[in-house]
Amino acid sequence: MTPAPDFSLATEEGGRFERADLLGHTTVLVFYPFAFSPVCTDQLNLYEEVQDEFAQRGARLFGVSCDSTWTQKAFKSQLGITIPQLSDWEPKGEACRAFDVYHDGGFPQRALVLTDPDANIAWRFVAPSPGDLPGANLIFDALAGAR
Amino acid sequence: MRELGSAPLPPLRPDDHVRGPDDAPLVVVYADFECPYCAVVHEQLHERPLRVVFRHFPVRSKHPRAWPASCAAEAAGRQDAFWAMHDALFADQGRLEDPHLWAHAERLGLDIDRFEADRRSAVVAERIQRDFDEGLRAGVATTPAGFVDGRPVDLRQASTMQSISFRE
Repeated sequence: MTPAPDFSLATEEGGRFERADLLGHTTVLVFYPFAFSPVCTDQLNLYEEVQDEFAQRGARLFGVSCDSTWTQKAFKSQLGITIPQLSDWEPKGEACRAFDVYHDGGFPQRALVLTDPDANIAWRFVAPSPGDLPGANLIFDALAGAR
Repeated sequence: MRELGSAPLPPLRPDDHVRGPDDAPLVVVYADFECPYCAVVHEQLHERPLRVVFRHFPVRSKHPRAWPASCAAEAAGRQDAFWAMHDALFADQGRLEDPHLWAHAERLGLDIDRFEADRRSAVVAERIQRDFDEGLRAGVATTPAGFVDGRPVDLRQASTMQSISFRE
């Protein structure tokens, strides 16, 4: 199994979220291109609808984008969702590049990365294009496979 | 825990909401009553010679009144008025608060006490949740989501409407 790379993302609270923070948890990193864009909106709304089901499977989700923390917080507030946000704002895209999900257009590819409690990458999915929205069923499949 | 892993689209079943000629092409639509694109697709489907199956797919953080509206439609269905309520909800999406739902029920001549009890009942909630979960398992991620012959189709494309309307 591939170990997750070293990375550092900004949390909503002003702290950092790094590889060590994956240890001891099942984590789904939801890389999305842009806050407030239509497909990203639909994607986070959909995952929010089944947040309890992810939690019951011991998984926690994080939204990851290259937007600033302030933008992410405004986006989260507008959507009325609880999924915590992690920002790859500065150095821009560095964590996305570490996970090999940085799009040539200067934003995160739409991608899902599941890490196990040992901080290994248990599953990853990169959408064929940023406009494609991966259904939540794919995450539930991956979680079932990882158990 | 609910079962939410991938699964094929469920076939037509006896308690599905179905409208249209028996011999017309069958289209399964996952929709929510607060979704404007769903309202447009509803109009377009209704104008065509199709047999339409409606299944609920309310996403609450996106459309806060979608779930209560689905409950209202299911409750109306228990008085044989599902499609009448369905049409009324899509015709007036800006007004989906409880007083508007009661007004629709009154206009349709429903037993209001029964409507009120049914729309808040566990059996109605379970029915809507079943549709949502099955849609999610079949890969539905946003609305409206259409299926023809068990395969997803993009109902927002005019060419899709043309092609499914004139299938043999």
